[in-house]
Amino acid sequence: MKDFATLFTRIDESTKTTVKTAALADYFQTATPEDRLWTIALFAGRRPKRTITATRLRAWAAEVAGLPDWLFEESYSIVGDLAETIALVLPPATESQDQTLAHWIGYIKTLSTLEDDDRKAGILTAWNSLPNTERFLFTKLLTGGFRIGVSAKLITRALAKATGQDEPQLTHKLMGNWTPDTTTWEALIEADDPTADLSRPYPFYLAYGLDGFDDLGPPTDWNAERKWDGIRGQLIIRGGEHHLWSRGEDLMTDRFPEFAQLRDYLPDGTVIDGEVLAFANETPLSFNALQKRIGRKTVPKKLLTEAPVILMAYDLLEHQGHDIRETPLKDRRDILQTLITYVPKTAPLRLSVSVPFQTWDDLSTARDQSREFNAEGLMLKRRDSPYLAGRKRGDWWKWKIDPLTIDAVMIYAQAGHGRRANLFTDYTFAVRHGNDLVPFTKAYSGLTDKEFREITAWVRKNTLQRFGPVRQVPPEHVFEIAFEGIQESPRHKSGVALRFPRMLRWRRDKPVDEANTLDDLKELLATYG
Amino acid sequence: MADVLTFTDRGIYCPAGDFYIDPWKPVDRALITHGHSDHARNGMGHYLATIGTAPVMRHRLGEITLETIAYGQERQIGDARVSFHPAGHVPGSAQIRVAVKGQVWVVSGDYKTVADGLSEPFEPVTCHAFITECTFGLPIFKWTPEDILTQQINDWWAANAAAGRTSILGAYALGKAQRLLTTVNPDIGPILTHGAIENTNAVLRGQGVSLPDTTLVTREITHKTHPGALVLATPSALGTTWARRFGPSSTAFASGWMALRGVRRRRAADRGFIVSDHADWEGLNTAIKATGATKIFATHGYTSAFQKWLTSQGYDAHIVSTDYQGEGFDQADEAEA
Repeated sequence: MKDFATLFTRIDESTKTTVKTAALADYFQTATPEDRLWTIALFAGRRPKRTITATRLRAWAAEVAGLPDWLFEESYSIVGDLAETIALVLPPATESQDQTLAHWIGYIKTLSTLEDDDRKAGILTAWNSLPNTERFLFTKLLTGGFRIGVSAKLITRALAKATGQDEPQLTHKLMGNWTPDTTTWEALIEADDPTADLSRPYPFYLAYGLDGFDDLGPPTDWNAERKWDGIRGQLIIRGGEHHLWSRGEDLMTDRFPEFAQLRDYLPDGTVIDGEVLAFANETPLSFNALQKRIGRKTVPKKLLTEAPVILMAYDLLEHQGHDIRETPLKDRRDILQTLITYVPKTAPLRLSVSVPFQTWDDLSTARDQSREFNAEGLMLKRRDSPYLAGRKRGDWWKWKIDPLTIDAVMIYAQAGHGRRANLFTDYTFAVRHGNDLVPFTKAYSGLTDKEFREITAWVRKNTLQRFGPVRQVPPEHVFEIAFEGIQESPRHKSGVALRFPRMLRWRRDKPVDEANTLDDLKELLATYG
Repeated sequence: MADVLTFTDRGIYCPAGDFYIDPWKPVDRALITHGHSDHARNGMGHYLATIGTAPVMRHRLGEITLETIAYGQERQIGDARVSFHPAGHVPGSAQIRVAVKGQVWVVSGDYKTVADGLSEPFEPVTCHAFITECTFGLPIFKWTPEDILTQQINDWWAANAAAGRTSILGAYALGKAQRLLTTVNPDIGPILTHGAIENTNAVLRGQGVSLPDTTLVTREITHKTHPGALVLATPSALGTTWARRFGPSSTAFASGWMALRGVRRRRAADRGFIVSDHADWEGLNTAIKATGATKIFATHGYTSAFQKWLTSQGYDAHIVSTDYQGEGFDQADEAEA
């Protein structure tokens, strides 16, 4: 695993894309085919099955390091990564061995078939025979994802460099339902078989935020749609099967069984880009309704009726088995519309209709109505544009509504972890209620590094009380908190829960007695909840 | 029995001698452990520090009333008997021993237990109560052995020089920078320094500390005049326009925080060298044990975890709130200038 560790270190140490690409390309030319495939899989988040629970690993590591469990946990909360914590606290390795990445993955698989004591012995042996980085990586294989700042784009670029193939072609090859156990480097990368995987999705086209109308040309060049607030999804119907992919390349087919019936109404060789929405009485429900369905692998009947979903169709990518992404958007939409007219209203598919407008001012008015539709804003798409892969400027723009905001008082602070281990970055905020302060949300993003440093220094000097890692601070600082939605929540003291809260700015100009009140918050709930 | 030292909002106070140790607000009489800005501050009526700490204090605090004392020399102040002992943190740094009526308390200031080849090595001082820092008081912190560290830095510098890149290394102006200077191999290339570091170099050279030749970075100095150079800069100078004059470069930080991948990545440097002038987990535990003290006060760092750990090891351990900052990787260090 030395070469994999070297690759990891080269990538991890650099902030430069060229260096990372070169490191990957070198590796793709020298490592064993099996190791290359595993590396792609790991960096793309396809980790091997977890065979040993994190609880066990922590207990064993603490035991080997001679630490009480609470101290291990304390360390973990600072480091923010279990594998790294384990690698750091363990005593130095006394043995050494150099095996391939695939060997260690096989080793882990074998362990899963053993009794607990033997598994433990196996892990301890491995820990004791790997130097620091390799030990960290081995433990990472046991605990989960390899998020190390390598995007899918970067992997594709490196693969293109190493194999001489086109990037778009490789991007498509890498999508879909493969694992290193079900395919080989030869079959996935080298072989030229476009029908190899019927479930394979197209890369999603993603939009940038709109930064003005000046460069857009005439409004007639553009199609506007609601930006629906659900889960972006790609529905694939091929070979009599259907598959639903999320933008994060998660296969969500089983989570939304209602889409199975669309096989009866849509022709084979159809791929639709759309938004999975909770939907009833021809109206989109709020994201909260959909939330109940997320994260569930299977769905009980009751939930199917409580939170029914549809696919709100934006675009058609494949028609009659042909990739039509190069066809202009307006033509793709025409075909999509025709397809949908053959689908009965009882089936969970709707066209995301265009928002009519003549001028940009009309559009601005339409955007202001977004919340009434439970939408996040508008999407602008150039009528003659192809369907591109990834986040690209020029043809698609998102124009989101402004978030809801409230001015709140910071009352607790907690150190972050990982990248922010020595900074106080996680704060609890309260609104005023008579002479009391009622906590209602936490937030930990939105400030600059400089502001975080300033607050960290202030927290250190102004701690009133400690509750474990949490510090109570005097209610002196007011922050404007932005959020996307608000809902009733009996679990919270304030009675509300916010969606995606973050700090918009530090209101140094505002004294605490001008912060918003619980009544203000309740009013927002009544209006937008 | 009355406590030898008490903890006030001005600093650590000795009632028997009516003096403060490393106070953070103006007081009449201050005993100073070392010259870093969170320990030696302006505005004290009268200062007492070691001979090795005095020059840098004069340099940074200007006109002050400062008396010096040698390591190990005893002095009576009121009813207290005080002496200064090497802390191994930076040249001249001291632990301060205070004895009152047979009770001995020691204030560690900042310290490290490994010899860095520059500072007077840490000496354990037997006491009843030990006031310790614990900047790195968690078992995740283990410093790279000196020989490996030296190798890592030299290899990095040599590889950069061979590839036509300047090596820019961020380190604190007082202590860390000079320690690195004495370990790197000056045969690899020229060594350039940022103004804040060169000022401190001058002070230390003036008191007889031997450092390799360095060149202050002035307007006309670039990677063209000094190819393959190692540039020692304060951490805050990295990534600024000042650093851009060196052309293609590799940046690195030298800090204990570099042990954490997350921190390393946040600083967006190419390399992180794990080196600190504070004690690591092992160092803290060894140092505390060596004092024989049963009562321990933790002043700054991961105090709650460290206090709990010490309690579990049978010590009578407490946390005291101070204004000391340890090795804060995010505070600007212009005060070091």
